[in-house]
Amino acid sequence: MSYVKRKILAIQDGTYLLVNATRALVTPPRYYVDTLMQLDVIGVASLPIVLLVGFFTGAVLALQSYRSLERFGEVGILGQMVGLSVVLELGPVLTAVVMAGRNSSGIASELGSMLVSEQVDALRAMGTDPLRKLVAPRLYATLIMLPLLTILADFVALVGGYFIALTIAHLTTSQYWSSFYQNLDYHDITQGLVKPLMFALVVALVGCYFGLNTTGGTEGVGRSTTQAVVVSIVLIIILDFLITQFLIGIGFA
Amino acid sequence: MQQTDIAPAQEPQDQASIELRGVSLAFDEKLVLQGITFDVPHAGTAVLLGVSGSGKSVLLKLILGLLKPDSGSILVEGGDITPLSEQELNRVRKRMGIVFQEGALFDSLSVYENVSYRLREEGELGEEVIEERVRQMLGFVELEDAIYKMPSELSGGMRRRVAIARAMVSQPAIMLYDSPTAGLDPVTAHTINALIVKMRDVQHVTSIVVTHRVQDALMLSGFTYSAEEQGLRPVTSNNGGSQAAEQTQFLVLKDAGIYFRGDRQEILSAQDPYLRRFVR
Repeated sequence: MSYVKRKILAIQDGTYLLVNATRALVTPPRYYVDTLMQLDVIGVASLPIVLLVGFFTGAVLALQSYRSLERFGEVGILGQMVGLSVVLELGPVLTAVVMAGRNSSGIASELGSMLVSEQVDALRAMGTDPLRKLVAPRLYATLIMLPLLTILADFVALVGGYFIALTIAHLTTSQYWSSFYQNLDYHDITQGLVKPLMFALVVALVGCYFGLNTTGGTEGVGRSTTQAVVVSIVLIIILDFLITQFLIGIGFA
Repeated sequence: MQQTDIAPAQEPQDQASIELRGVSLAFDEKLVLQGITFDVPHAGTAVLLGVSGSGKSVLLKLILGLLKPDSGSILVEGGDITPLSEQELNRVRKRMGIVFQEGALFDSLSVYENVSYRLREEGELGEEVIEERVRQMLGFVELEDAIYKMPSELSGGMRRRVAIARAMVSQPAIMLYDSPTAGLDPVTAHTINALIVKMRDVQHVTSIVVTHRVQDALMLSGFTYSAEEQGLRPVTSNNGGSQAAEQTQFLVLKDAGIYFRGDRQEILSAQDPYLRRFVR
């Protein structure tokens, strides 16, 4: 099969996953317990690393920005600079990349292992649709948790920036936060929340796609896991550019 | 083996339970099965023999509707399943149980949850009835004590026995076994074979057993389950034999087709060098 044909088939399969997982939302049977478990596995368990990455990203961004702003005597806009960078770009993208590294790989390896050990066939043999039982709960959980984690990551990144603003830039609390707050508008917040929703589709569907298309036994599971992470991250970066360009194009940013 | 009060499967007797007509399947360029035709009567047993990669497991997946053939038709209890949608297939699958090669137990679920899975999915029974049925099935495979264990705590043989209990719990009319004794020691393999015989003779299910161990095949065709002795006894002309054991047919797959089809006596007396390699 040619390279182009394989890629077109992959897009078709991904669309099939998305359509059927969406259909599972409106028609029974629904797997609420599985979705709750995935909310825990995908969301709650990712919280520590997302917060850690968020805090230090905000801190290092503030540190670098302070050095540049100091030259122009504009240290007072540090809060605005850190805030907009975090809300518009770094928060959504870094959180999604962390989630891709942690969850696209986790989903791909779990589903891949189930596939090669015939557990997916066993599900079908017992009348269960694997798309409803395995894909839909992971997709819903990621769609719910990624935006929430992004909001938390944004907040701790701002706190990280605030820490640098206080200790190194010697700004006051109101200087830092008012600079951020006064320059943030609803378009920025919307943009910062639209992106995680799109990224969540990528994280969940890429993980499920590679997991459910695993071939070659346990070695294949490792390969699927790696591919899921790489493809997720690449798609997130490209999608980030496209969404930003689109929102600018329609005058939303 | 302990006696259980599991009801025999009800099935019309005037038609083949499973029938394949000219079934062919290829993966990309590789032809896996070509023109496969055979049938298994109600409560009959077919033993599929063949070397690794000869398409035995694929055949089971075709019968279960997990794969679709490129051509030919597969009839389950008289109905052609090849044109059916996944939802329609699920209704047919309710009549079937399968034991996968390694058991394919769900790692994240306990033995109880694994065995009860299908009943819970169907949603027709209350939890008390389900628990009673699960305990009964685990009693049938002599694993009552493992009910709350996780699959990772079980040995290979125990996993297969749980898989048999899981497949049996909905009282299917047709059981498919994919190499149920592969990789097991002779004692455990004997236990698994005894369970298959017991299933066949107590519940009168139609069975298709994939194996590459001819010892398994000979045991299935040479023994019958005795409720009085609560164990297996050899089929002899003196004890009236066993209709189920006598109905056991042997199929040998080779080069994507059926190389041999016959009964116990025919395969044992075959002079063909390829068949002799299996029987030896």
